[in-house]
Amino acid sequence: MEPVLDGRPPAGALGPKEKLELYYFLRLTRECDNAILRLYRQGKMVGGAYTGTGNEATAVGSAYALENHDYLLPMHRDLGAHLVKGQSVRNIFLQQLGRAGSLTAGRDGTGHYADPVLRIYGNISHLAAMIPVAAGIALAAKMRKEKDVVLTYIGDGGSNVGEFHEGLNMAAVMKLPVVLIVENNQFAYSTPLGKQIAAAKLSDRAVGYGIPGVTIDGTDVVKVYETCRVALERARRGRGPTLIESVTMRMQGHSASDDASYVPSAMIEEWKARDPIALFEVELMSRKILDDAGKRDIEKNVRHVIDEAVHFAESAPYPEGPDSVNGVYAP
Amino acid sequence: MATMTYIEAISRGMWEEMDRDASVFVLGEDVGAYGGAFKATKGFLQHFGEERVIDTPLSEAAILGAAAGAALVGMRPIAEMQFADFVTCGFNQLVSNAAKIHYRWRLPVPLVVRLPSGGYIHGGPYHSVSPEAWFFHVPGLKIVAPSTPYDAKGLMKAAIRDNNPVLYLEFKYLYRRVKGEVPESDYVVEIGKGAVRREGTDIALFSYGSTVQFALNAANQLAVEEGVEAKVVDLRSLQPLDTSLILESVAETGKVLIVHEDNLTGGVGGEITALIADQAFEFLDAPVRRLAALDVPVPFAPPLEEYVLPDQTKIIGALRELSRF
Repeated sequence: MEPVLDGRPPAGALGPKEKLELYYFLRLTRECDNAILRLYRQGKMVGGAYTGTGNEATAVGSAYALENHDYLLPMHRDLGAHLVKGQSVRNIFLQQLGRAGSLTAGRDGTGHYADPVLRIYGNISHLAAMIPVAAGIALAAKMRKEKDVVLTYIGDGGSNVGEFHEGLNMAAVMKLPVVLIVENNQFAYSTPLGKQIAAAKLSDRAVGYGIPGVTIDGTDVVKVYETCRVALERARRGRGPTLIESVTMRMQGHSASDDASYVPSAMIEEWKARDPIALFEVELMSRKILDDAGKRDIEKNVRHVIDEAVHFAESAPYPEGPDSVNGVYAP
Repeated sequence: MATMTYIEAISRGMWEEMDRDASVFVLGEDVGAYGGAFKATKGFLQHFGEERVIDTPLSEAAILGAAAGAALVGMRPIAEMQFADFVTCGFNQLVSNAAKIHYRWRLPVPLVVRLPSGGYIHGGPYHSVSPEAWFFHVPGLKIVAPSTPYDAKGLMKAAIRDNNPVLYLEFKYLYRRVKGEVPESDYVVEIGKGAVRREGTDIALFSYGSTVQFALNAANQLAVEEGVEAKVVDLRSLQPLDTSLILESVAETGKVLIVHEDNLTGGVGGEITALIADQAFEFLDAPVRRLAALDVPVPFAPPLEEYVLPDQTKIIGALRELSRF
């Protein structure tokens, strides 16, 4: 039986409408990150602030390739994936600010929430722990003869954790519908790639699991979309997982408290020239898909959505202390 | 009623629930064609098919993580650890992930982890562990520890129907040594309720799992030899604990002995002691005593293992001492 698809065009067939939508989500993602950093610097943020600057094309392009009923298990630099999957900017900021009305009722922050309606299941801080969970969700989908695929992510650092191996190997041997993106952003906190792995490419690991592995330019949103689209369809047809190494650069520190002084400035300069949003904007302009007026409209729209959401979240109440004891166990 | 062994009752509980509910499935190492290292899932593959009786790679973290993932989207997995010892390889999935999911996300995680536990089988330091204290400390996990075939089936069915991660301690020593009457009907043993195995008013003896039968034998012997009547309480569940039954039994007797196979320090017995000190101090006529394994890894050679683990003789000694207090 052929899978029933409900939305996205096949690889190679993205039209102007979709490309503009991608551009909107890229801008929305970056501006949300900037707003998060502003709140942090104003002392209004609860806890740390983690941005995905430099990673937007990977997060947005990959999630854009999902069908509505596919599952998304994102990582902490994949804000764009949450937004593309349908999460509201209000909910993002309620989570960031630990408010009572957040998706975790203040019990956890950032993207660590689940939204079963949108089929988003957030990460935990133990890197790679969600890869076996992704395999389990995919296993359930397979057992129920559903055609849903699970898209999940890990970083170059997290790919060295044991659960990466156990989860991906299980998904591979059981031919589970999982697509794993390894976001290679060059640094695991302060540790450069050269101190983490001896392999030439992170996608080389795929051969050990008997699955396809591919390395792509993670700053090219269309390339990310097309690669994911192919991998997702492969998984949907019961042929098992694909490992996609998406090469990007973490343009800011691990968290807002990290000045990233260990990153050579030449490296930052080199990657600035490959900014995923600027690159895509040039392409859209040159193809006349976007013009200055259209760009201003999008910027205005993005600013409005974020200002409204930040205001809403800042005005929302914190949970009451005694609520902390509720919900440890399910009824 | 049928007479069956402890492990047959475990098996029966799983079988009935898999028959009743298509979302229940088992996964683990060698659980399929081989029927499990202890044969708890013997015949399951033939009856339920390979989609619901899943042989996995040797990957405890992936087994537990995949179980959590499947549970998150509405399945009811039963994950088998071949020996409880090896749950440490998947520790993160239980304590960091499964245990915290409902608190953070308000989503049920109906998952059972079978843990073939304990010693008395000359398994040595890596096949004899009592894992309960590692998890007893973790909010969000439930722990059950049946000592009879009746409870083994009833608690298995309750664990499978529970919407939380439930660690099901099953005692290898009891697998084929214990037989008992088990109704063929559908019944559950409520998680969180202890059972009084022997009435008595002189000493309250709390135990669970492998040491309950030793405790019962010891209490019976002491009653015959010295007329001391110990009330023996089988806790059956460790998380949640039946605190009202514990406190009621302390009030009734004034003296307490807690017996468990797990080693002493940081064990479940310490928490029960603290509970009693806090809420039943006025009833105590003697210090609360704990008899547990010595604080050493469970050793291999029989004389070493016997020296380390609690047994009937040691329990009689502890009861006798308390009765004279």
